[in-house]
Amino acid sequence: MQFLERNLPKIMLAPSFLAVLIFVYGFIAWTGWVSLTRSRLLPRYDIEGFIQYERLFDSPRWDTAFGNLFLFGALFIGISMILGLVLAIFLDQNIRAEGAIRTIYLYPMALSMIVTGTAWKWILNPGLGLEAMVRRWGFEDFRFDWLVNSDMAIYTIVLAAIWQSSGFVMALFLAGLRSVDGEIIKAAQIDGIPTWRIYSAIIIPSMAPIFLSAFIVLAHLAIKSFDLVIALTGGGPGFATDLPATYMFSMAFSRGDIGQAASSAMVMMGVVFAIVVPYLYSELRAKND
Amino acid sequence: MTDAAFTNTPARTQGKAVTVALRWLLYVLLIAFALFYLAPLFVMVTTSLKSLEEIRTGDLIALPREVTFDAWATAWSGACTGIQCEGVRPYFWNSVLIAVPAVLISTLIGAINGYVVAQWQFRGANVFFALLLFGCFIPFQVVLLPMARMLGLMGIAGTIPGLIFVHVVYGLGFTTLFFRNYYVSIPSELVKAAKVDGAGFFRIFWSIFLPLSLPIIVVTVIWQFTQIWNDFLFGVSFSQAGTQPVTVALNNIVNSTTGVKEYNVDMAAAIIAALPTLIVYVIAGKYFIRGLTAGSVKG
Repeated sequence: MQFLERNLPKIMLAPSFLAVLIFVYGFIAWTGWVSLTRSRLLPRYDIEGFIQYERLFDSPRWDTAFGNLFLFGALFIGISMILGLVLAIFLDQNIRAEGAIRTIYLYPMALSMIVTGTAWKWILNPGLGLEAMVRRWGFEDFRFDWLVNSDMAIYTIVLAAIWQSSGFVMALFLAGLRSVDGEIIKAAQIDGIPTWRIYSAIIIPSMAPIFLSAFIVLAHLAIKSFDLVIALTGGGPGFATDLPATYMFSMAFSRGDIGQAASSAMVMMGVVFAIVVPYLYSELRAKND
Repeated sequence: MTDAAFTNTPARTQGKAVTVALRWLLYVLLIAFALFYLAPLFVMVTTSLKSLEEIRTGDLIALPREVTFDAWATAWSGACTGIQCEGVRPYFWNSVLIAVPAVLISTLIGAINGYVVAQWQFRGANVFFALLLFGCFIPFQVVLLPMARMLGLMGIAGTIPGLIFVHVVYGLGFTTLFFRNYYVSIPSELVKAAKVDGAGFFRIFWSIFLPLSLPIIVVTVIWQFTQIWNDFLFGVSFSQAGTQPVTVALNNIVNSTTGVKEYNVDMAAAIIAALPTLIVYVIAGKYFIRGLTAGSVKG
């Protein structure tokens, strides 16, 4: 009984510990293992080396998907950060009805990406959406067919993703702006330093950790983006808007190519690793100091 | 100095005019962005209230000339998700059946885990926490294939309990993180004193920690509910025809190729799918934001 009481904390933690070991790390190991085999429709377990990765990087479809990840990621993260910061600074100027405006900017974050994708798909469809509307206003030559144009479709995903997430970045930055020491700002104001200088020289540099957090969250969202592509473009036209996430899914569940699915998942994992591990490491270290 | 500051020199008046103009510009910009964020919702609502005829002949952003709820009725109980035409209703209830137990179970386990990690330090507890934390960041694609097989082995593939299980397992990271960060600020002397008084592990949790936990419970429940309700990846990977959540059904309705494309029904279905999380956001926005920032910032 004594033994039980003393070890109760460990016993309570044990199931979760086991679950994490199996369902996170065990599963990653399984996927990693299978990515080194010739698995097709069914998994095989004899290791053959890096053939799946060779096939992956030889595949034009993966080429597009992987390239899209960086194009989409850079634009989505960059524009969301800039927009979020600008909106936060705007809202920080003693705005009337700040609460209401904040609520409006942030609500898309509560929606499923499938809902967001469905809405934008309707708005951006050339036949009856924005393009048709502007044409009816008399601009007969107006063209806005990004959704069905394979060179431009990826930008519709960027647009919808920014619409969904920039309000969240705004909220992060606004919280950051408010946490800057008011005394310093007051002192700077008394010294007659112009507002834009106060922002660029004092407030924004002191928010470096928030920029990092926002970057991590957005990068993470970008790599995981799957629902939005499925709902908005379905990866098309052709494979023009494929991302690694949709590539993996299509290999796993419609092409029956488990080896490709596993290797593409491992590459995604690698990208996340490269971004998150240094961040977590520095966070945990900072905490222990 | 004092007198001069209050006299209106021409330069001062000009400076004031610039300030006023800038303020106006600021409000114009803020309102323009508000319109940008609201526009899709506005278009969704108005489109869902129009007839197909009006959609074909009218403007995207025009208000409906004649309001009709037909599209809503169809979306709820008649729209086709492939070969079945029962609307989103059954899938909406699937989502409820998945989300409610998954939220409750993952929150409860997260509370206990957080309590142990924060207050009952033992060797290995931090390792567990670090492993768990990293688990929050993995792209789920990396576990999809083995999980599909595991659910098969467990005999719950394609079932609602299967989806609940998946959501609980991959929700634990965040729920534990939330509670751990909350409980870590409670002084450990409290636990020591309670132990001296003879209270055990559960007693301390039940009568000291739980009563203090309402805010973090609200944050966690809202976070988990939003995540699980809005999930698509697990839903589409691990469900079958009768057990799909509403996000999957919505996507099927929108992409179903049978018959005429009914945009108004698509929009009504999308709003129905979005309604529960939107309502939560409107009612408890403060906690929603706290969860977002806590879940993403604090390591």
